[in-house]
Amino acid sequence: MSSATLQEPAGRTRPAGPPAPRSRSRSVNRQTAAAWLLALPFVALFLAFTAGPVLGSLAMSFTDMKQRDLRTPFAVNGVGIDNYVKALSDETFRKAAFNTAYFVIVGVPLTLVAALAAAVLLDRGVKKFQSLFKVAYYLPVITSIVAIAVIWRFVLAPDSGLLNTVLSWVGIDGPNWLASKTWAMPSLIVMATWRNFGAAMIIFLAGLQGIPHTVEEAGQIDGASSWQRFRYLILPLLRPTILFTSVTTGIGYLQFFEEPLVMTQGGPLNSTISVSMYTYQQFGFGNYGLATSMSYILFVVIAVVTFIQFRLLREK
Amino acid sequence: MRRTWWIYLIAVLGLIAVAAPFAWMFLGSFKTQGELLRVPPTWLPEAPTNQNYADLLSKANFPQYFLNSAIVAIAVTAGNLIFCSMVGYSLAKLRFRGRNALFVLVLATLMIPGVVTFVPLFVLVTNAGLANSYPGLILPFLVSPFGVFLMRQFFAGLPDDLMDAGRVDGTSELGIFARIMLPLTKPALATLGILTFLGSWNNFLWPLVIAQTEEMYTLPVALALYSTGQNAQNYGLLMAGAVVVVVPVLVIFLVFQRHVTRGIAITGLK
Repeated sequence: MSSATLQEPAGRTRPAGPPAPRSRSRSVNRQTAAAWLLALPFVALFLAFTAGPVLGSLAMSFTDMKQRDLRTPFAVNGVGIDNYVKALSDETFRKAAFNTAYFVIVGVPLTLVAALAAAVLLDRGVKKFQSLFKVAYYLPVITSIVAIAVIWRFVLAPDSGLLNTVLSWVGIDGPNWLASKTWAMPSLIVMATWRNFGAAMIIFLAGLQGIPHTVEEAGQIDGASSWQRFRYLILPLLRPTILFTSVTTGIGYLQFFEEPLVMTQGGPLNSTISVSMYTYQQFGFGNYGLATSMSYILFVVIAVVTFIQFRLLREK
Repeated sequence: MRRTWWIYLIAVLGLIAVAAPFAWMFLGSFKTQGELLRVPPTWLPEAPTNQNYADLLSKANFPQYFLNSAIVAIAVTAGNLIFCSMVGYSLAKLRFRGRNALFVLVLATLMIPGVVTFVPLFVLVTNAGLANSYPGLILPFLVSPFGVFLMRQFFAGLPDDLMDAGRVDGTSELGIFARIMLPLTKPALATLGILTFLGSWNNFLWPLVIAQTEEMYTLPVALALYSTGQNAQNYGLLMAGAVVVVVPVLVIFLVFQRHVTRGIAITGLK
């Protein structure tokens, strides 16, 4: 969340309540009672289904819990950091970590560039039908990733697929994308970019519309070319927006799961298996302790990457 | 002005790139298996058939999956509308000890991935006897930090004077919330409702874990299992299944799209 969204106009945070000083403390008491009453369902559900499991996951990752312990989750043995050692020395987990890094490092910049290009195009060039294009580009974002992955399996099919048909018009003989160790991962990245750029585009559009036209006019008077105006005037002002979109896109991409599960089952030869998917597989094998250690490694990486992004992109 | 035409050309090419896979799905769902496998592929179905949709009813139990998705999404949406507005109001407008701690907690958990919590959650829900049941599918999603944040931001933008007026009139604190303030948040409730419904409709990992028998599958779970199981080569069935998953959200989004983009403006989050 950008800092701007958290700011409230001054004066709105002033204590609410009638001005008479004698009744104030009674009013505050009543407010406290009402506040906790209103917060109670949320707090109860939150403790049970979010806070509890976050801590439970951490605890579980230091035990040898398996599926057979499902009914007796407290009768398991502590094994220290064994699960973490096992995960990090597991060939497939390393491969999954590499694939996830590949997906994020290529996918996030690609998505943001596509999103920014679309936002600039719509903001500066497309005046008629702007909202039509905006809505259309946003459509894939709200559709189920599972359905998208099913559709793209057919788009990417080797002979009868849409993509290779289009490529054949210009004389390119497209590969069997999802069965190729080289092309499977880039295919998933392009699909993810296609699905997600609309989300970042909407945020970039809001950012662009917040930049006063006088900024560009000043650049124009100084004789800056349109590229220079974009690079040295607009882009620096979009810094907070870029930070925000790179954090949210990065967090999403670090967890990619449905795409390989539906399209490649992690193959060929584990070339598209992700950390989330491998964690789910270990859960399926009944290795609960090991699965939670893997999910916690991912959790820590997400936190660290987010922190680094904030450091790199924060205002100087 | 001379530049305009190529800008529109790029925009339209982008539109085609976005729309083409959806069109491919829609057209494909009316083709026969033989036509789907043909090289080079056909564009429009040569002999349009509704066999694939008939198969969704006879070979697979899609009406049940549709019903499950709808029940879960409606319940989750109702829960979020009620509980998130309650706590959002108290965070924005009431003074109480622990308010800041509660808000920090909400913010800190905005980004917790489902993959971190699903194993202990599965153990918890199973031991509560709720595995493979509607409550098991619904309860963990009845509130969301995102919804609390959205409602809190919206309530914070409403003037305090209305509450003060209610207090002078002797209205109780809960009455001020329910009768004076809540009706003013209809736009935010619409946004939260639609985003929650879409999120629940598309939710995958948790239903996959907790729906263990076929009659409890939601649409995405059913579609994913069909696409990787024995029906993996039944292309027409999968295309028709994808249509059933996608079309309701496309319709809802196109009707209410202003509320969705406004939600992004209120919170800065999607």
